[in-house]
Amino acid sequence: MEILPILSTLRRHKITAALLILEIALTCAIVCNAVFLITQRIDRMNMPSGVAEKELVRIRFASIGANDDKYARDQEDLQLLRQIPGVTQVASVNQVPFGNSSNNSGVKIDPDQKKSTINATNYYGVNLAETLGTQLVAGRNLRPDEYVDMKTIMAALQTKNDKAMPKTVVITQAMANRLWPGQNPLGKPIYLDQTPLYVVGVVKELVRPSIWDDSIAKYSMILPARVAEGQYLIRTSPQDRDRVLKTALEKLKAADPHRVILSKQVWEDVRTRFFEDDRAMTGLLAGVCVALLVVTALGIVGLGSFWVAQRRRQIGVRRALGATRGNILRYFQTENFLLATIGIVLGMALAYGINLFLMVHYELPRLPGSYFPIGAIALWAVGQIAVLGPAMRAAAVPPVVATRAA
Amino acid sequence: MFGYYLDLALHSLKRNKVLTALMVVAIALGIGASMTTLTVLHVLSGDPLPGSSATLFNPRIDPFSMDGYEPNKPPPEQVTWTDGMNLLHAARADRQALMTGGAVPIQPTQSSIDPFYTDARYTTADFFPMFSVPFLYGRGWNASDDDGKARVVVISKLLNDKLFEGKDSTGQTLRMKDTSFQIVGVLGDWRVNPHFYDLNIGDYAEAEDVFVPLSTSRDMKLSLNGSTDCWGSGGDPEHAENTPCVWLQFWVQIVDPAKVEAYKTFLTHYSQEQKTLGRFEREPNVALLDVMQWLDYKKVVPSDVRLQTWLALGFLLVCLVNTVGLMLAKFLRRSGELGVRRALGASRRDVFMQLLIEAGVIGLAGGMGGLMLAYTGLWLVRRQPSSYASLAHLDMTMLLSTFLLALISTLCAGLLPAWRACQITPALQLKSQ
Repeated sequence: MEILPILSTLRRHKITAALLILEIALTCAIVCNAVFLITQRIDRMNMPSGVAEKELVRIRFASIGANDDKYARDQEDLQLLRQIPGVTQVASVNQVPFGNSSNNSGVKIDPDQKKSTINATNYYGVNLAETLGTQLVAGRNLRPDEYVDMKTIMAALQTKNDKAMPKTVVITQAMANRLWPGQNPLGKPIYLDQTPLYVVGVVKELVRPSIWDDSIAKYSMILPARVAEGQYLIRTSPQDRDRVLKTALEKLKAADPHRVILSKQVWEDVRTRFFEDDRAMTGLLAGVCVALLVVTALGIVGLGSFWVAQRRRQIGVRRALGATRGNILRYFQTENFLLATIGIVLGMALAYGINLFLMVHYELPRLPGSYFPIGAIALWAVGQIAVLGPAMRAAAVPPVVATRAA
Repeated sequence: MFGYYLDLALHSLKRNKVLTALMVVAIALGIGASMTTLTVLHVLSGDPLPGSSATLFNPRIDPFSMDGYEPNKPPPEQVTWTDGMNLLHAARADRQALMTGGAVPIQPTQSSIDPFYTDARYTTADFFPMFSVPFLYGRGWNASDDDGKARVVVISKLLNDKLFEGKDSTGQTLRMKDTSFQIVGVLGDWRVNPHFYDLNIGDYAEAEDVFVPLSTSRDMKLSLNGSTDCWGSGGDPEHAENTPCVWLQFWVQIVDPAKVEAYKTFLTHYSQEQKTLGRFEREPNVALLDVMQWLDYKKVVPSDVRLQTWLALGFLLVCLVNTVGLMLAKFLRRSGELGVRRALGASRRDVFMQLLIEAGVIGLAGGMGGLMLAYTGLWLVRRQPSSYASLAHLDMTMLLSTFLLALISTLCAGLLPAWRACQITPALQLKSQ
């Protein structure tokens, strides 16, 4: 190999070589971290919801005038929706996974606890689990006879009437594991206030709305509370969704013209809207990565061309002394490989430093070691591709140049 | 001399078009990305009410029970109905307003417009003068309207355009929830960024369309929007006045900075008094932040935006290192020419100036390109779904900063290559020719 002569040549171009190394190092460090951020976002966007996403339709509306008996109205609406051909389940609910508003409570496992053990979200609505299509892993779903009207619960809270309060709850597996690690959660009580709620069922997954902290995204419970808040979930087969949504709106409007539809969505829209900021950020990060690699490649092309032009005579002499075109080509490729390697080593250290900064300021996890070889390969590849042009031009220098004056 | 150097610079730039283009493109990309993100950061971290934000304060007290008590935990950000009303009627500040967000059904009299829901603010009379709200027509309501649960309403310019085609609608009626309200005022263009007085609605939410006296909204049971935090037996929205829940925002204006401490003392006294009465369980725990301190406390600028700014600055750094390398290559390649100039009597200083001007020209060209890219970048930002997206516009300051940043960073980038090129010994260069 020609490493020694390359090194001695580079020693004569210390500053330009150092700048190229610095550029590669910075690019490597930023790209490693940006790609890491992208995978974090993609993981977040793929967060499982635990519901039958392809089969759901959501409608939210509000009444214009004073509503006398919203519970009765609600029952009539559900009956209408159930009659639409293709509809398999309907529920009137207070909130939906990935929705933007949420109802949450502190959960205790002992009524005398001063501080809540965890914070979990409260899903209300008859037939909610069946409509969402959550997967039961232990126990049973809530029975219709366990449900209590929300206004009855509110009144019971005021009068401290324990008898009127709900007594059962279904929780997610993540929540059960957090509350009673390694134990069977069925039959155990949780406390939102002083009244115990006994766990009768555990669902595999049910993500909460308005997730402000990903680590507690899976802490959800379904309580036997009947609500009439103008939010309906309809389950149907994937190909029927658009038709069902249209028919449902017509029926609801006809049943009571005195209301306003606030939103109507097939489930994909709910998910898409919830993660739109993440998607935008992912696109931006990817754009910056590409731009960085392109700028670095252009820098290598520029400097490479300069060095080739500067060394035309030297190349001519080497060719005249018997070096093949291949030798010249490999000389420049090796030179670039050396510079890139030094840059990558420095870049890795820098990537680690940037990651530490992000860990402190943005609560990001540690950069996994697997990113280092990926970053290295990417930059070696960019370097080799970029230097190919100038190196070919160098290889094309005829030996006769040696005999000419510069 | 400057003109001659400029001429030389342009001439030299033309001689090696590819290298020049590479430098200009690199600078433009770096500047474009940085200015896009810096503009967004600048817009988002701005003062929502320049001039009066330092006189506006958010008084906070701690009415929670001993459940979940942690010493040194800051007091809640909202107040209960009882405390809000007590503090409002105590009127210890120059102005005070108690408010919360909501949504109201509007029933237009024109049959061509379907009934619709829109965002509302339920507040008290001082809201308008306190936040320097501009009026296009009419005015706000007064304290007697608050006390009398008057059916009066102030509407936004947007709503006025929609319902009354922009004409002066004061004195007309607006139908909401099957009830007639008299329009007393129409706002001018008003949007505070961030939406500091109630961040629950969204940090960069638009101003509400409808403003109704708080007492009226409770009387009519208009629906609430925002965050409610309850303890004990709280949680019943139908009787929110009597429940142990914080759900109202309270703001005061204290014009004289010397009186701020006195107000804080008043809050402590109030908390102590409530504890003696048995309403509060905790020791007095109060806070009084002005608007900018409040926004800082709430970490309003999205962390994604900060991250993007760091990323863009890192990108600019790479672009600059790239430019330094290319410029160095370019200048050293002209050793011969520079040697001749030195031999003919040009001082190092002259050569240095000449090269710096060349760098400056590159910087300006890069700045132009950067500006165009920043415009494109901001256009892309505005197409994003975020609530702040529509705010991303380049103002005069940012426009000038773009050029300055481009010029200064390129000049800095040019320093090292120019200095290196000055080190050329004239004689040696001539000999090697």
